[in-house]
Amino acid sequence: MPTLKRTEVLKDNQTHYCPGCGHGIVHRLVAEVIDELGIREQTIGTAPVGCAVLLYDYFNCDIIECAHGRPPAVATGIKRVQPDKIVFTYQGDGDLAAIGTAETVHAANRGENITIIFVNNAIYGMTGGQMAPTTLTGMVSTTTQDGRGGHGEGPPMKVCELLSSLGGVCYLERTAVSTPKDVMGAKRAIKKAFQNQIDGKGFSLVEVLSMCPTDWKLSTSKAVDFVNNEMKKVFPLGVYKDK
Amino acid sequence: MIKQGSEVTQMDKQQAKIIMAGFGGQGIVVIGNILARGCVIEDKNVTGMVSYGAEMRGGTANATVVLSDEEIASPYVVHPTHAIILNHPSLDRFEPELVEGGLVLLNTSLMQRDVERKDLEQIKIAATEIAHELGNLKVANIVALGAFIRHTGLLKMKSIEQGIGTLFAAKKPALVGLNLKALAAGAARSVFEPATAKASLG
Amino acid sequence: MGHKILLKGNEVMAEAAVQAGCRFFAGYPITPQNEVPEYMSKRLPEVGGVFVQAESELAAINMVFGASASGARCMTSSSSPGISLKQEGISYIAGAELPCVIANMQRGGPGLGNIRASQADYFQAVKGGGHGDYRVIVLGPSTLPELYQLTMNAFDWADFYRNPVMILGDGILGQMAEPVELSPYKPIVNLPEKDFVLDGCKGREPRVVKTLVLKPADGLVAHNEHLQEKYQRIEDELSLCAEYETADADIVVAAYGITARVAKGAVRMAREKGIAAGLIRPITLWPFPKSLFLSIAQTASQVLVVEMSHGQFIEDVKLAMNCALPVEFLGKGGGWYPTEEVILEKIEAMAQAYAVSGKETNKCRH
Ligand SMILES: Cc1ncc(C[n+]2csc(CCOP(=O)(O)OP(=O)(O)O)c2C)c(N)n1
Ligand code: SF4
Repeated sequence: MPTLKRTEVLKDNQTHYCPGCGHGIVHRLVAEVIDELGIREQTIGTAPVGCAVLLYDYFNCDIIECAHGRPPAVATGIKRVQPDKIVFTYQGDGDLAAIGTAETVHAANRGENITIIFVNNAIYGMTGGQMAPTTLTGMVSTTTQDGRGGHGEGPPMKVCELLSSLGGVCYLERTAVSTPKDVMGAKRAIKKAFQNQIDGKGFSLVEVLSMCPTDWKLSTSKAVDFVNNEMKKVFPLGVYKDK
Repeated sequence: MIKQGSEVTQMDKQQAKIIMAGFGGQGIVVIGNILARGCVIEDKNVTGMVSYGAEMRGGTANATVVLSDEEIASPYVVHPTHAIILNHPSLDRFEPELVEGGLVLLNTSLMQRDVERKDLEQIKIAATEIAHELGNLKVANIVALGAFIRHTGLLKMKSIEQGIGTLFAAKKPALVGLNLKALAAGAARSVFEPATAKASLG
Repeated sequence: MGHKILLKGNEVMAEAAVQAGCRFFAGYPITPQNEVPEYMSKRLPEVGGVFVQAESELAAINMVFGASASGARCMTSSSSPGISLKQEGISYIAGAELPCVIANMQRGGPGLGNIRASQADYFQAVKGGGHGDYRVIVLGPSTLPELYQLTMNAFDWADFYRNPVMILGDGILGQMAEPVELSPYKPIVNLPEKDFVLDGCKGREPRVVKTLVLKPADGLVAHNEHLQEKYQRIEDELSLCAEYETADADIVVAAYGITARVAKGAVRMAREKGIAAGLIRPITLWPFPKSLFLSIAQTASQVLVVEMSHGQFIEDVKLAMNCALPVEFLGKGGGWYPTEEVILEKIEAMAQAYAVSGKETNKCRH
């Protein structure tokens, strides 16, 4: 489990996330890593459009808020102008894998030396539970009311698998925050993704399977079960690329 | 003019702008919906709005209904004439917003204080306790609605009963009976308190 | 007598589209219009139509481009940030002269802004929005029954003029519920045959839908002239406006959409106080109903523009009236909302100032 000692990278503000939401855990992991690597004052983060848009209320470092899906492009601009700074994006599945697919794929293919934290909760959280590109087949959302798959939505999109064929990519790993062991694994992966950037190795993306009890309409404990029993089947954890 | 019921406390207003507020899950939208259905049944003009978006996260929910015999100008309510308050945080939030001489219904089961303003009329009902006695906490909203309709007379109780019928009939017909019971219990077991200071209706 | 049902504005609009024969909808979630794609995802398959949740608004408008070229009545909807993304596609659809309906349930801007209601996309809607000299027919419904009717009409006008039609609503119109009678669709124009549809050239010459015009050298000039002629025709034929108590009004409030219904309430209150107030409410925002504004300029003494922005609609009001009257302004962006009381206060202040200064007011103050 993440240590409970305060990290100076996180502000004291109480988060606006729902009970049982995975965003809070992922925030803490990213903050701890930035803290442990001692890079807070060199780090520039990008906030997505999604439930994590208020990232800047919690992270005690420079943050730029981007248009929906555009963080990898904005991060490219920042990193190219300031190659000595540490630049990360933090994005949901709608932001990264729907409206921002082009930006994601091309930043990866160019091998931008940035770190992407990709929170996959298989749903559009902020807008109230519509289908995401990662919504599981058969899963009910407000725009797939009889379950995904019956009306030409296609199967869930697997981002790590998709990006693994691109030459520019350095590191891809899929993790989760649904068990204490997974949380530790996610932290290790996030740390590696930042370390890669410090070492100048190029594009690193860590996918984190995460809970959205509110829009899944599940209790917090059932939401954890859903990640462990359903999501992991479709999105196997593991390293997809490590150059 | 809004028709006056048997125990009418309604100010001489042409329009009622009602806010309903409570925790998410207390059925705020449901009572808004039933009120609006009652208006359609009585052929009154009505508009409704539910708080939306990220506002809902954080746990409180509110909805507003404007009902009138005349054309409704603004569906958006800034200063309500009536408030149905189902939890304590909503009292803190909406008590200051009510018009002078307005009316507030309190679910006394979940209040930690009394209404502070002296110009407000009050309906008091232990809605959550009564719902508990009826065997389903979810009907506290309907208990409150029963009390509200009885004392304001804004709509006929019969129209509300009909509204409940049409709302639940489609999806959960088994719940119609329980909700009608809750409505009647709310009407029977509520207390009305007039304003302690007259509003200066200047 | 018809049967009234209660629906949210977003659902009223979606149902009107289905009634009018819309059989293709592509959209992307954004508050405060999420009920439109949600409703369509369920409703369209029931009538043999197609709903696609696109990966972005850019994709959604281009799906509509394709659906329109295929002859389907089609629609997309969004709210401000998403409508900005659609502008590229709208320019192509207007240039290619294809029909479609686009709804914008405006929210606070600029940028991500907020999700409260706003009218700050007026310029974008009526002055072009995307690149090139093109026009989109823009409708500003103010109640849900009107939203229902205008949405059905929008499909007819889109087909009749082979032009995109935009429904310019706002967050409140989309989110509010009001009883509506879902009357059946009846076309209000003679619908032309769709002789542009790409359905395979069997038995006919191949067709091309395009906007690139290289040959002859002045081909694009000619195409633009043709478009302008069409826009002129639309201006001549399709200007809709509503008036309320304007005949003897000294002070006329000009407002559209949700703001207009609030303004109407304020006008009623002003009348009760003995102030001769009235309301003029454009229903088509492009074409702008100029002639009615000109006639108001002959009879009234002052105009008050109310809008939920820092002053966009007001420019068209002044232009239409040739600065013949003093025009006052009440408006803010970012989610500000005018109550009847605030508008009434402004009307009263104007009435008072007018009484003091007499008839000779400064005519064009802005
Ligand atoms: C151009 C544009 N389109 C749509 C939106 C509305 N919008 C806000 S967040 C969001 C999706 C959020 O889902 P996701 O990225 O999965 O993040 P989550 O909220 O689940 O963390 C959308 C569609 C927007 N803000 N801008
Ligand atoms: S809606 Fe889902 S993703 Fe958003 S804060 Fe709530 S639980 Fe988290």
